[in-house]
Order: sequence, then structure tokens, then C-alpha cells
Amino acid sequence: MKDEINEEHSKHEKHDIQNKHNKRDKPGRHGRHRFHHDHGDELLKVEHLSVEYTAGKKTVHAVNDVSFDIRSGESLGIVGESGCGKSTIAKAILRILPDRGARISDGSIYYEGLDLAHMPEKKLEHIRGSRISMVFQDPMTALNPVKRVIQQVSSVIALHNPGISKREAVKRGTEMLKRVGITPDRSRDYPHQFSGGMQQRVEVAIALSCNPDLLLADEPTTALDVTIQAQVLDMMKDLMRQRNTALLLITHNLGIVAETCDYVAVIYGGEIVESGSREEIFDNPAHPYTIGLFGAIPDINTDTDRLQPIKGIMPEPTELPPGCKFHTRCPYATEECLDEPVPVAELGGKHKCKCHNISAVKANQAGEVIV
Amino acid sequence: MSALLEIKGIKRYFEMPKGALHAVDDVNMTFEEGTTMGVVGESGCGKSTLARTIIHLQKPTAGKIYFEGQDVTYPSRRELPKLREQMQIIFQDPYMTLNPRYTVEDTLKEPLILSSRHQKADLDTQIRKLMDMVGISGKLRMAYPHELSGGRRQRVGIGRAIAMNPKFIACDEPVSALDVSIQAQIINLLQDLQKEFGLTYMFVTHDMSVVRHISHNISVMYLGQLVETSPAKELFSKTLHPYSRALLSAIPSINIHKPKQRVLLKGELISPINPKPGCRFALRCPYAAETCANPQKLEELLPGHFVSCCRARELNPAHCADGISTMAT
Amino acid sequence: MNVKDDTLRPGMAPCLDDEDDGEKGVSSFRQILNRIVRNKLAMSGGIIFMAICLLAILAPLIAPYDWETINPANKYASPSAEHWFGTDQYGRDIFSRVICGGRWSIGMGVFGTLCSTLLGVIIGSIAGYFGGVVDTVIMRIIDIVQCIPGILLTLCIAVLLGSGFVNTVIALSFGGIWGTARMLRGQILTVRKAEYVEAARAVNNKSPRIILKHVLPNAIQPTIINACMSVGGTIMGASGLSFLGLGVQPPLPEWGAMLSDGRLYMRYYPMMLIAPCMMIALTILSISFFGDGLRDAMDPRLKE
Repeated sequence: MKDEINEEHSKHEKHDIQNKHNKRDKPGRHGRHRFHHDHGDELLKVEHLSVEYTAGKKTVHAVNDVSFDIRSGESLGIVGESGCGKSTIAKAILRILPDRGARISDGSIYYEGLDLAHMPEKKLEHIRGSRISMVFQDPMTALNPVKRVIQQVSSVIALHNPGISKREAVKRGTEMLKRVGITPDRSRDYPHQFSGGMQQRVEVAIALSCNPDLLLADEPTTALDVTIQAQVLDMMKDLMRQRNTALLLITHNLGIVAETCDYVAVIYGGEIVESGSREEIFDNPAHPYTIGLFGAIPDINTDTDRLQPIKGIMPEPTELPPGCKFHTRCPYATEECLDEPVPVAELGGKHKCKCHNISAVKANQAGEVIV
Repeated sequence: MSALLEIKGIKRYFEMPKGALHAVDDVNMTFEEGTTMGVVGESGCGKSTLARTIIHLQKPTAGKIYFEGQDVTYPSRRELPKLREQMQIIFQDPYMTLNPRYTVEDTLKEPLILSSRHQKADLDTQIRKLMDMVGISGKLRMAYPHELSGGRRQRVGIGRAIAMNPKFIACDEPVSALDVSIQAQIINLLQDLQKEFGLTYMFVTHDMSVVRHISHNISVMYLGQLVETSPAKELFSKTLHPYSRALLSAIPSINIHKPKQRVLLKGELISPINPKPGCRFALRCPYAAETCANPQKLEELLPGHFVSCCRARELNPAHCADGISTMAT
Repeated sequence: MNVKDDTLRPGMAPCLDDEDDGEKGVSSFRQILNRIVRNKLAMSGGIIFMAICLLAILAPLIAPYDWETINPANKYASPSAEHWFGTDQYGRDIFSRVICGGRWSIGMGVFGTLCSTLLGVIIGSIAGYFGGVVDTVIMRIIDIVQCIPGILLTLCIAVLLGSGFVNTVIALSFGGIWGTARMLRGQILTVRKAEYVEAARAVNNKSPRIILKHVLPNAIQPTIINACMSVGGTIMGASGLSFLGLGVQPPLPEWGAMLSDGRLYMRYYPMMLIAPCMMIALTILSISFFGDGLRDAMDPRLKE
């Protein structure tokens, strides 16, 4: 059995020197074998997740009945604007929501068959950082300013590999930093001595140091310049392809999603209003919000006189309208959109859309009537 | 169309303990009346400093600014207020652009009161008109900034900028901090105001798709220097400077069927403190040669299209003929 | 639902988001007030402090006896229905003395803080706004003065000037000016960089107006909290000085002076000590609670 697993290892991780000492197929603390994930295994399954924040008497329904799944080696992009709840989803998966005032009010998060949403904290510690890790938006605040960069990487390695020697952890850490493009002579520098792009690379190194199955990236390049962004995204994609790491990318930038993710989920008001493969969403957007987003972005390849903004603003998360959350801004809204629960329509393949009036929208788009 | 504003050889250096920080180095720009000059570049390129220098929030270290033909580089105490009325600014961060203690009314009232053309009568009507012009509901008159969304705050900021009836507005990344759907609203608003009042904009941004949409001309800056300036659409079809090329190729595109040839830059920015003469992009440039160590000159390679690169001509042999922008390796 | 087209009406931009929500015009001052009101501890502290102040102000009218009148026949009386706190070594009613004494103790505390805050704000504003040489000179003066331990400084000035209400206020406030100035200067340096200050310059505001209307109102918050918290300390300082024989002299019923007296009779007539002690403690505790609540309410991170 072990030989088979080792064989699988060498097939998928030929280039990964680090995995020479990988303890992945040794029994973990609880005597369970961690399974190696083949490309395409279902890794993360989120079902009907709802998260709410309470402040005094007000309740904010940040995430409402969200379901999606990610297979190993795949990448899912969650797109939405600010306040739509996308960061909350990532934090809920890792259970790093603020202690007071935030809670998972409904749903489950299945990882390897275990429900993370209801897992005791102790068990979560083995998953957080080693099996599922996260990269945050602002590298300046995500890194510890008083610890050298190599210390930050090696301490994570040491944390998740009990029994490892300090020297070994440092060695692996240096190796990891080299892979993200930070030379060993700079590994003993402090975060403030690096530029934003380099800091983000350090973050990626920390996140990938324990070879996680899934990487959550919350707007990882938003704070970076465009050319640096391209470098960091490319590096991330390379590393992850090598290790078969799955990616959950949270962003507001449709361009990044187009270039990085296999699957897309569009979020509005804490709900997934449309999801599908990259081709399905970008070639045939079905939800009025998605269509509106595309209309609002100036496209470098086409000339338009005027952009088509989506009228209005996103509703306050404390005062979400009943029925469809988007109806107040929707050009296709009808009576039922006001308070009838919205069905999820299957549009073929993996394409799903949450809307009452899909056929009307489609007809409109086909007729190229600009509303 | 005449040039409303012209800057020649503008330099803005900051004295630091280690030496002079060349934030803006020898920049020339011409702003035609009623048009938008987009200024793009990444962090450290000096575009925000340039904007502030042009509208006299900072003093240039050297160079000249000509407004309507007059030299206004160092205006006198009497001239400055009148000049300021003509040249206004819109800021990036909607959360810091408004005084948290001022209501919308206070913010819009202030420039009206301080304007030299102030009419005491019907201040009320003027404020209401301003709010209408920028699309803020009258109900929000007594609202405080913390009660407004980012988009609305930005509208108030725009209202403040147009209150004094300026001719020129420097827009320092006015939509970068806003959501995509709100961005579109603000961009449309700015364009409408330009049409209505014949405003001239300097539109500073790092977002290439936005700048292409809104600008008539675009200038690309790198580390304080101007590397390329051209009519807007032409910059994208005939990209002549290697940095511009890299910048454009780095933009993530939503066109999933068009394969991207990305120019990946190596290395990091050099320090802007006491930089050596010559091209500052050379260290990262895939086409760097020995001549790049010499100070670069801004040359007009196509009508209205200026490039500051000693190798631009040889790297773009076809551009003059039929405008195909292929860069020879 | 009708679609609002995004076309320009002459002279007007479309109100794309006029479906409005909620009441506007709630200044942050009102917000802070609302938050404090909801904080029960802070409110009780505030109310108690107000009550004590009111008592002190109205003392001559309320006090059952005159605080000065000696009645040797009734000295050392225990608390009773006639003398709630008993009498002291001269037969004076302790309750009356204690509530009248509030006028001096709280008075010196509040005025001392007011003076130090006002002067600190002025000096800090000048240093912070003008920067350069002015700032450097002022900061070095502050550095030098702050090298002298606070208590020592206050004592020296009190000794130099002598006792009395005004002199004590001066002595008390002198030490606090510099810390306030430094704190405000720091805040001003931060606020100065804000874009709305740049915008204020761009619309032709002159410097004094910028400081008064744009910089100060946004820089002053920590100073207000600091002032509130200092009142307690200054009251302590006033009592301390009087206890040591500086500050306000007997027979004035200042709490510190009463403590000094009561010390000698502690074993047999404890009320002489307990009464002023209790008042000091209650006053400082109540204003501390209020100050804590105020600081929490002003915390910018507490957004709903």
C-alpha cells in the first residue's frame, strides 16, 4: 500500500524536493492516514453555508446559503464587489472569523469528509496552515514586522511538522523562499526591507510551505502594481501546478479570474448568483448582475462611448431586501423578484444561475438590446 | 484646440538624508483644452506628485508651467488664489478626501464662499445645483462622510472640485478605490461634466482599461520620467516603449480566447534617490543595451507620439510603415 | 420596474442612487453621545460625578451647617441624625465641610486640567502645523521640561508661588501642558497629511482657517480623552498638595487638608479621615469610569 502511494507521489511531485521528507503518508496524530489527492478528487465541499455578524441588536447576513465545491488541483474564483461577503467565506472555511459577533449560522464545510464548520478547535489546528492555508491582501500587515522572513517561514514548517529539527525547518524554509524568487542572501531580512510584491511572495511562501491541498487567496494582488501582480500570479500558478494545489481565489477583478481560474462564482449580497466554468461565465453570462459587471468595465479590446454602470448601490447587509437581493438594481426585475425565493436554474454543464427571469435576460442579450 | 496648460522640464525633488529623491524628473506635457490626458504608471513613478505640483499644492524644483500662455510656475501671493480657482484636484481615497466633521453642505459651501466670484445671495441654490450636477440626492445635504458610501463621497469630492468653476482638474486615481459598478458611474459623470463645461482633465491612474476609455492622450511614466506619450488608442495598437509594452501585457484581460503574450519583467525598481543618468528602466528591460546608460531624449516617432528610448526606432521597424507593433528581439 | 437610463439631462447628472436609507445628519459627536449613553458603567460614572459637582456647587445652600462654625462643645461627635458624618476636633460638621470642600478640590482639579489642556493645545497646534524650526524649538523645550519629574515640578512651583487656589491651579497645570502639547502635535502631524487638508488648501483656505476648521477638530479627540482622564489625577494632585501643607490651607475644608487633619485622629475618630477619603475615591472613580466609556465611544474602530 505504501509503495503505491509513494509511486503516486513520484508521479505528481517529481520536482518537489521538499517532499522527500514528506510525512503525508505517515499516520497523523490521530492515527489516520492522510490521503494523497489525485487530480480531480473532491476536496472541499461547501453546502448551504450562512454566516452572520451580530453587533448589538443588528444582524448582518454576510453569507447566505452558499454552496460550491472544489476538486483537487482546480481553481475557483469568487468574484464580487466590496461588502458582498466573499472574504467572509474564506475566513469561515478556515474558521478564523472574529470570535465575538460572528458565527456560522447554518451549513457545512466538508474537507476530506469532515465538517470544518463544526470541528473542535484542536482538530482545526492540524488543518489550518498545513492542509488549507491562506494568503491575505495586505502583505504589510499580514507579515510580522519584527521577525525575519526566514523565521516566519520556518516557524510555520516547524509548527506543522512536530519533531523536525530547527536546522531542517530553516533549510526547507530557505528552499521555499528560493522558489518564490527570494534569494537566500535576503532571507534574513525583515519584511519592511522588501517591496510590496516581495512581501506578497513571502506570504505565498509561508502559505505553501507545508504543501497544502488548498490555498485560499483573499485579494492577494490587489495592493500590488500591475506588473508585479502579473509576476506574483504567474509564480503562484506555477507553484500550485507543480504541487497539485487547489485554489480558491477571492477578488473583484474579472480579468484576474479569467486568467487564473478554471471555475467562477459570482457573489452578490452574500449569495452566489451565478457559477460555472470560466468559458460558461465569460462567454455566456446569464445573471443580470454578471452582465452588468461586464458592461461596467471598460474593455481594452472594444471601444465604447459610455460605460453601462449598474444603477444604484449595493444594499446594506443589515437591510437586505427579501426575494432577490439584486432586484432593486436590476433592469429585468419583475413582480416575483420582490419577495419570492429565487430558484437556481441549471443552464447546462456546470453553469448555474439564480434568477427568476433567465429567459427574458437571454432574449434581451441575444437581441443585443442595450437596456 | 489650443493648449490650456503646458509643462516643460518639471522636476520635483525631495531632500532626504541619503540624497535627493527624484520624484519627478524632467517631464513635459501638453494639455489641450477640453481633453483628457491620461497619466499611467506604477507606484513610485511620480504621477501623483506631478499632479500636485501642477496645481500648486507643491512647488516644482525646476521647470516651467504655462497656463493659458502665462508663466505660472511661481505665482505671487495675489495670483495664487485666482490660479487655484482655475485648477482643482480630485483625490483617490474617498475615505480621506472629505473632512469627517463637515456635512455635505459644509464641504460644498466652502469653495463657494472662498471663491473670488462669491455671491452672497442664494448660496443655497448654488449648493443644490452642485449636488444635482454630481448626482447626489438632496436628502443627503446634512449627511456626514461616515454616513455615505464611497461612491457618494467621491461625488461630493467632485462637487467640491467643480464648485469654483475651474478649467483644469487633476484627477488623482479618482476611481481606483471604488467598486467596479460605481467606477462606471463616476467615469460617466466625469465625462459628462467634461462635455458640459469643457473641462480639461489630467487623469492619473494605474488602470489601463479605464485610461484607454476616458483619455484622448496618454503619458506613461516610470520612476519619475516620462517614457512615452501618444494619442490614447494608438498607445495600445502601437506600443513603442519596452516598459509600456510590459505594462500593457501585464493587464489581466477578460478576453479568455485571446492568448496573451506576457512580457515578464525581472528584477526590482532601482532607487529614485540620486539615480544615475540614463534610462531608469534599463536594468529590467529585455532590450537593454549600452546606449541606455546615456540620458534619453523624448523623440517624436509618429505624429503626436513621443518616446524616450534610444532603441525604440530599431525595435519597431514596421511601425512607421503600416503601424504593426511588433517588437524585434 | 422602469429602467433609469444613464443619459445626461442638461446641467444635471442622474441621481442613480436616490433610493435612500436611514436618517442622515448624525454627526460623530451625536454618535459618540449615543454610544456613551448605552454604556451603563460610563453613564453611572458620569451621573455620579455630575451629582458630586452639583453638590459642591450648591453646597452653601444645601449644607446643614456652616463649614467654618466652631462648636467646641460638640467635638468628636460620632455620626448621628444631626451630624451625618459626625464632627471634627473643633466641633465642625464633617458632612458640611466635605461637600463644601468639593468646591476647592474639584475646582482645582477641573481648572488645572482646563488650563493645561488649553495651553497644551495651543502650543501643540503651533508646533504641529508650522513644523520646521518652530516645531523643533518647541519640542526641545518640551523635552527639557519633561525631564523633570512631574511631582517635583509641581511641588517646586507650589512652594515658589505659595498656597492658595490660583497658585495651586498654576502649579498643577504646569506639568500637564507639555504632555498634551506633544500628544496633540502628534495627532496634527497625522491629520495634516490627510487628503481633505490638501483639498482645503486647494480651495483657497488660509492657514488659520485650515487649522481651526479642518485640522484641530479632527486631531483633538485623543486630547479630550486625555483631559477627561487627567481630571481625576489633578484632583488627587490638589489633595496631595493640600495634604502636604501647600495647596489650600486650613481651615478651608479641601479634602486633602481634611485628610491631613484626620490623620492625627485616625484611631479614635476615624470618620474624620474616612469622609474626605471616600469623597476623593468616589469622585475619581466616577470620572474614571466616564473617561473609560468616553475613550471606548471615541474608538474609531468601533464601527457598527
